[in-house]
Amino acid sequence: MDLVYMTAHELHDKLTSKQISAEEVCREYLDRIEKVEDRLKAYMTVTGDLALNQARSVDKRIASGESIPPLAGIPIAVKDNMCTEGIRTTCSSKILYNFVPPYNATVVEKILAGGMVLMGKTNMDEFAMGSSTENSGFYTTSNPWDTERVPGGSSGGSAVAVAAGETVFSLGSDTGGSIRQPASLCGVVGIKPTYGAVSRYGLVAFASSLDQIGCFSRDVTDCAVLLNLITGHDPLDSTSAPGQKTDYTGFLNRPIKGLRVGVPVEYMGEGIDPGVRAVINDALKVLASQGAVIEEASLPHSKYAIPVYYLIATAEASSNLARYDGVRYGYRAEDPGDVVDMFMRTRSRGFGTEVKRRIMLGTYALSTGYYDAYYLKALKVRTLIKQDFDRAFDKYDVLISPTSPGTAFRKGEKVDDPLQMYLSDITTISVNLAGIPGISVPAGFSGGLPVGMQIMGRPFDEGTLIGVAHAFERDTDHHARFPEL
Amino acid sequence: MAQYETVIGLEVHVELKTNTKIFCHSSTRFGGDPNTHVCPVCLGLPGVLPVLNKKVVEYATRVGLALKCSIAQYSKFDRKNYYYPDLPKNYQISQYDLPLAERGYLDIDTEEGIKRIGITRVHMEEDAGKLVHQGTISTTPYSLVDYNRTGVPLIEIVSEPDMRTPEEARAYLEKLKAIIQYTGISDCKMEEGSLRCDANVSIRPVGSDELGTKTEIKNMNSFRSLQRALRYEVERQVEALEEGGGIIQETRTWDEAKGITLSMRSKEEAHDYRYFPDPDLVPMVIDPDWVEEIRASLPELPDRRKERYVADYGLPAYDASVITATKELADYFEECLAGYPNAKAASNWVMGDLSRLLNAGNLDISQCPIKPDQLAGLLKLMDNGTISGKIAKTVFEEMFETGKDPDLIVREKGLVQISDEGAISTAVDDVLAANPKVAEDFRTGKEKALGFLVGQVMKVTRGKANPEMVNKMLKEKIK
Amino acid sequence: MITIAEVEHVALLARLELSDEEKKTYSDQLSAILEYAGMLDDLDTGNVSPTAHVLPLKNVFREDSEGAHLPLEKTLQNAPDRDGNFFKVPRIV
Repeated sequence: MDLVYMTAHELHDKLTSKQISAEEVCREYLDRIEKVEDRLKAYMTVTGDLALNQARSVDKRIASGESIPPLAGIPIAVKDNMCTEGIRTTCSSKILYNFVPPYNATVVEKILAGGMVLMGKTNMDEFAMGSSTENSGFYTTSNPWDTERVPGGSSGGSAVAVAAGETVFSLGSDTGGSIRQPASLCGVVGIKPTYGAVSRYGLVAFASSLDQIGCFSRDVTDCAVLLNLITGHDPLDSTSAPGQKTDYTGFLNRPIKGLRVGVPVEYMGEGIDPGVRAVINDALKVLASQGAVIEEASLPHSKYAIPVYYLIATAEASSNLARYDGVRYGYRAEDPGDVVDMFMRTRSRGFGTEVKRRIMLGTYALSTGYYDAYYLKALKVRTLIKQDFDRAFDKYDVLISPTSPGTAFRKGEKVDDPLQMYLSDITTISVNLAGIPGISVPAGFSGGLPVGMQIMGRPFDEGTLIGVAHAFERDTDHHARFPEL
Repeated sequence: MAQYETVIGLEVHVELKTNTKIFCHSSTRFGGDPNTHVCPVCLGLPGVLPVLNKKVVEYATRVGLALKCSIAQYSKFDRKNYYYPDLPKNYQISQYDLPLAERGYLDIDTEEGIKRIGITRVHMEEDAGKLVHQGTISTTPYSLVDYNRTGVPLIEIVSEPDMRTPEEARAYLEKLKAIIQYTGISDCKMEEGSLRCDANVSIRPVGSDELGTKTEIKNMNSFRSLQRALRYEVERQVEALEEGGGIIQETRTWDEAKGITLSMRSKEEAHDYRYFPDPDLVPMVIDPDWVEEIRASLPELPDRRKERYVADYGLPAYDASVITATKELADYFEECLAGYPNAKAASNWVMGDLSRLLNAGNLDISQCPIKPDQLAGLLKLMDNGTISGKIAKTVFEEMFETGKDPDLIVREKGLVQISDEGAISTAVDDVLAANPKVAEDFRTGKEKALGFLVGQVMKVTRGKANPEMVNKMLKEKIK
Repeated sequence: MITIAEVEHVALLARLELSDEEKKTYSDQLSAILEYAGMLDDLDTGNVSPTAHVLPLKNVFREDSEGAHLPLEKTLQNAPDRDGNFFKVPRIV
C-alpha cells in the first residue's frame, strides 16, 4: 500500500518495528508534496528541513530503544492561523504576510511534545472567513477529487493536505463548519471538538466564542489518537474546560446497538442536494443495521442560526481584527501621513473583500443604536438554539445530518453572492453556536464527489461521536478511497 | 449676571501594586528599558488570550469595600473598542455594565462641615502603553511606542456629580487617595501617573435641577492643578454662557504652563466604543465569604483613625485630619507616641517643623531622615529639661541633616540646658549689672523690658539657660 | 437599508478606507444581510437571557507570579518600523 495513504496507527507499527524510519516517511511525504502541490496548493509554507530534523530525532529515540508515543514521527500540517514560533503564520492574509510569531500555540506545543513531524502550514480562507478557501489572500486551494472545484473552507488546505496524501494529519479550526465542511467535501474525517476541549491559545482569533481547534485524519482511529494528544485544560486559555483528560481510543470498537439517533428534519429538507440526502439515508441504514434506533428529530430554531451566527461572529471578529494596524507586526501601508492614515490604508489594503465585509457588518452590529437590535438579540436567539440541542439530547445520544448541503462546488460559483455562501453553512453553524462537538466522516459519493455525514453529540461527549463514527467506518470503505492525482 | 452652580464629578484611575499585569505574567515594575516588560499577551500578538490575575480582583474589592460600595455578586469584563497606537489590541479590556463594585461614598470636610460624595462605581481595566514624542504630540514628526505599561492593572473610580466647588473636588481626591493608600493597593503617586484624575464639569443656574452640558478635563497631574483647572474651566463656562454662547460637550486638556484648558477635538469622529462582553474571559461570581475575608483584613481607614485620635489622644479634629491624611504620616505619628506620650506636643512637631523640612526637601514621610523614635527622644529631652525648646529646634534641624540621635547631638555640641541655680544666678546678676536702666523700667511696670533681659541672659549662656528659671530669677532679683 | 453615509461612518469606526465602488457594494450587501437578519424579530426573546459563553465557566484566575518576558529582539522582530527599543509610528495628529 502507498505510504502516503497510510494511517498513523499503521505507520506507528512500521516505525516501532523498524520496517521504516521516520525520516523515510517524512521524505516520502515531502516528495508527495513536491509532486501534487502545484495543482492543489494546500500549503502556505512547507517546513521541509525542520520536518526532516524532527523525523531524525524520532529515529534516534527509536534507535536508542526508547518506546515512542503513538504519534511520534507522524507527519502533521497546521492551519496557518495557529502560531508557530519562528515559522511564518499568515492566516492567508496579506496583512500578516511576513508575521513570524515569537511563540507557539498551545496545540503546537502539544504536537511537538508528542514527537510529531511538522510538515508546514496550510492555506485557508483569510482569517478563517469563508467556506471555499477562495478567500485566501494568496491563492485558492483545489479539491483533489476535481481540481476545478473548491475544497471547502475555511480549513481547505488542511483538508486537502490529508485527502491528497501530503500529510497524515492536519489541524484546522472550526468557527461555523470550517473543519467539518472541507472534511466532507474532500472525503476525510474532520472533528470539531466541544468548545473549550482544545486550547485556543495561539489560534489567531476569528470569533472567540465560536472558534475551536480540531483535526483532520484518514480514519476515525487516527482521529481518536490525535484528540488524545491535543485536548486538555490549558491555564493560558480562560475558556479552556477544566477536568480530566479522556482516552478517546477507548470508544473505538464499541457496539452501537440501542444507540438513539435523531435526524433533524431541518437539515434534511429543502436546500439539501438530493444526491447528498441519498448518501446520508444509506449511511443511516448502515447504522440501523447495527442496531441503532433512527428517528426524526427537530431543531426548530435552525433557520435563525445563520443570522445569529453572522451577527455574533462578525461582531467578535470586528474587535479581534482591530489589532492589525501596521504598528507592531505585519503589513504597513507605504508612507503614511499620520497614524489614522496608516491605520486606514494598512487595513484597507491588507484585508481582502470578505474580511472587510465582515468587519463592516460586525462593527455595524455593535455600534450605538444597533447593539440591542442585532448583537444582543443574536445572543438571546443563540440561547434558544442551544436549548433546541439540549432538548434533542434528552432524547437522543447523537444527532446526524449531512455535513454540507451539497458536494464540492465549482470555483467562482458563489463568490459574488455572500448571502448564498453563508446559507451553505446551515448544517454546521448551529453546532458552534451551541458549543457541542461534531464530526464529519466520509459517507459515500455523489456525482463522483465525496459526501460527509455529520454526527453531533452532547458537550464533551466526543467519545460517543468517535464510537458511532468508528462503527460506521467498520462497515464501509468510503474512507479508504483516494483521489487520482 | 445669573448665579451659577458648579457640578463636578471625578473619574479617577489608580494603578494597582500587583507583581504582574492584569491578564499576563509580565512585570508591572517601573523603570524598565522600553518594551522589555512585555510578553505575547500584553503585546496583543495574534492568537493570545487573557487570564485574569486574581490579586487584581482582590485589590479592587478592597477599594470597593473601603469606599463602602456593594460588591457585585456577578461581574464581567467587556471590550471597549477604539484605535490608538498605544493600545495593542485596539480595544481595552474594561468593565461596562456590570462593574465589580457600585454605590459607595466617602466623606469630605468642607467649611460647612462634613459632606458625603457618592461613588457610582469601581471597575477594573487594563492600562495602555506610553507614547514618546519629540517635543509635543502636535509638533513631533513621529512617535515612539513603549508597551511596558500596557496591561498594568487599573481601577477606575467614578464619583457621582456631587461636588459643587473646585475645593470640594480637591478634598474628594485627597480623601480618595488617603483611603486607597490605607488599603495598601497602590502608591497613588500623581506625578508618576499611578493616580490619574479626569473631571466632568458643568454649570447651571442656581436652583435648576437639570445638568448643564459638561466638558471632560484631562491632564491634571497634581491636586493643585486639579483645583486650578477646575477654577479656570468653571470661569470659562460662565463666560461662554454670559456671552450668549453654548457649552460644547467635549474633552479638554489642562495646560499647566498656560493655566488654561484647551479643546482636544481632532478630526476623529465622536467615539462609539462598541462595548460588548469579552468572549475570551469568563464571568466572575464573587464568593460572599471571600468578600467578608477581605473586609476583615482591611486596615483602620482614615475616618476611623481620625475619630480615634480625637477620642483617645484628645487631639483637635484639625490635627487629627492632617495627621491621618496619609497612612505613612499617621503610622509615623503613632510610632513616635510609642516612645512619648504627649500627643498634642508630638502632633505640633509633626505638623509643624517636620512637615516644613519635608516639604522644603521635597521628601515624603517614608524618606524622613528622623525616625519616629528619634523624634520621641528629642521631645523627651525637652520635657525633662535637658534642652530648651529653642535648642530643640536646633537639634531637630541637625537630626534632619544628619540622621543622628538627639542625645548624641546634644552631647557633641554641649547643648545641655543649664538648670543649675548658681550658674543662672551669676548670669542674671551680670546682666542686671550691665543693664540697670532696663531693670528699672521693668520694676516700674514695663513688662516688655523683661523679654530683653531674658534674651540677654540667654545670649550670655549661649541659649542653654533654662528659660523658665531665668524668667523666675530675674523677677525675684528685680523686685 | 444601509445608506452610503452609514457605510462611511462604520468604515471610519473600523478604520477602513473604502472606494466609492466598495461603499456601494457594501451598502447593498450589508442591507441584504441585515434584511435577512430581520427574521430574528419574529422571535419573542423578552424572557430569554443572552448566551455570551456556551460553557458554564466562572472565576478563572491566575496567580500573581511573574513569568518570562520576551527578549527585546523577539518583541521587535516583526515591527514594520522601529527606533532603538521602540516601535515607531507616524505622527498621531
